[in-house]
Amino acid sequence: MREDKLAKVLKWGATPAILIIFFVAWELGVKLFHVNELILPAPTQIFAKLFTMLGTGSIWLDAQTTTIEAVVGFLIGLVAGVITGVVLGKSPLLELSMRPLIVASQVVPKVALIPLFVIWFGFGISSKIIIAALMAFFPIMLNVLLGVRSVDPGHRDVMRSLNATRWQTFRHLELKSILPYVFAGMEVGIVFSVIGAIVGEYLGGSSGLGFQLVNTLNQLDAPGLFAVILLLAALGLILYSLVTSAKKISIPWHESTNMTK
Amino acid sequence: MVTIIEAGNLHSAARGPVPDRAGEETVTSQPALKLGMKGVSKDFVTARGTTRALSDINLDIYEQEFVSLIGRSGCGKTTALRIMAGLIRPTSGEVRIGGKSLWLGSSIDSSVISQLGIVFQDANLFPWYNVIDNVSLPLRLRGVSKAARHARARELMGLVGLEGFEKSHPRELSGGMRQRAAIARALSYDPELLLMDEPFGALDALTRERMNLELQRIATSIGATVVFVTHDITEAVFLGSRVVHLTPRPGRIQEITTVDIPRPRSIEAQSGQRFVEIVGNLRVALDKEE
Repeated sequence: MREDKLAKVLKWGATPAILIIFFVAWELGVKLFHVNELILPAPTQIFAKLFTMLGTGSIWLDAQTTTIEAVVGFLIGLVAGVITGVVLGKSPLLELSMRPLIVASQVVPKVALIPLFVIWFGFGISSKIIIAALMAFFPIMLNVLLGVRSVDPGHRDVMRSLNATRWQTFRHLELKSILPYVFAGMEVGIVFSVIGAIVGEYLGGSSGLGFQLVNTLNQLDAPGLFAVILLLAALGLILYSLVTSAKKISIPWHESTNMTK
Repeated sequence: MVTIIEAGNLHSAARGPVPDRAGEETVTSQPALKLGMKGVSKDFVTARGTTRALSDINLDIYEQEFVSLIGRSGCGKTTALRIMAGLIRPTSGEVRIGGKSLWLGSSIDSSVISQLGIVFQDANLFPWYNVIDNVSLPLRLRGVSKAARHARARELMGLVGLEGFEKSHPRELSGGMRQRAAIARALSYDPELLLMDEPFGALDALTRERMNLELQRIATSIGATVVFVTHDITEAVFLGSRVVHLTPRPGRIQEITTVDIPRPRSIEAQSGQRFVEIVGNLRVALDKEE
């Protein structure tokens, strides 16, 4: 009970307190040492810029574009990653023959492939979706592959001794055992697909938060740059918490959902 | 004086029917053969060559018998049980359950396997289902409706002393409670033969003793035939109507001891002369190995 309370206090009390102290220290530091606005604007400046941005409306369209790219890409990566992971996990021979390819694609920094996708799929939204999908695909696929291999042999014995069909074994055992791994992959995947979408927008795009980032940079608008970064942080946080909430709802029985213990 | 004698008479009268009924059964009907192993051997092929795990096992187990399988670790007792359960195919020999062969060529006869209930060393409950859904899972796989299978599961959870824990999740239960749930799960579809592989091996001594009493009560109340693998001599003798002693490398049957102490037995029976004698003999036999 006391530990629970402590966890709640930390979550709702300590974190905002630390943030406030951080921003106050920042503000004071900038004011006291007369830091150039171009290098480090004061938080008050940044928030003022942020609110004017949010008032104009066009930033909402940018946020919408980035969200669509990241989310659609993530969902494609999720479906492809789960299917590929299950297939490779179920057929060790196929996995063995594919392993060099998987390792190679893991080693290549995927960000380096982004210009290629811009050339192939254009400057529009589709190239960013594909990038986001690819970024999400690998962590999800690798986690699912591991999950398929990690089904408890004792649980398998139970299903065998109950004379379960392949479908029953899949539905009651394998699917449930893989879910925690799918969510572990999703938690990494959603962050990666946001990165993919933003970097895609840097390199070739005319809208989106990533594009606005480059835009503010070109205008040497440091408070604007920070404001966009804050928006990106908020977007990432919202998407990530959506995934963790989905996890808590889907696999309440799993150890990883019980954070206080 | 009179009342004391009467009380004594009443007492013996109350106890009377149990051995009487058991006596009747053995007289009127020859118990049916439940499980037969004929010339069963098992080789495991590894990178370093072939290891013979079991050699020429011949064992007949009759209805309502409680057979303990005992031996040192690595003597093949778990392998023997897994062969009875159809989880491993013997290299040679035949396993018959209820008069039917367990294996049809290289595939298992599903009508035979569905008569078996298996309890493993770990409870192996599914963490994603609550206790009642775990206990009723076998019935769910057999297409029994939710209401019917939950009713049956509640009944069994009462039998194993888990009433009130229907909605709990396995991780909220103690080791002993999980094992009770696993036993209830194995009993849910009324198996004709219960195979147990060191089910209480991971429990502390006191819990284990209590579980042994519970198991004895459950087994006698439903008239189950049980094969019980253990490395604990006292446990084997306490529960078993017969104790099969396996010796290792390769696993073979050294001796089969009939425990001629009436069942059900109380904890106090463990200090009885006959009990101590049987345990002592088995201990000497096990010590002689190597």
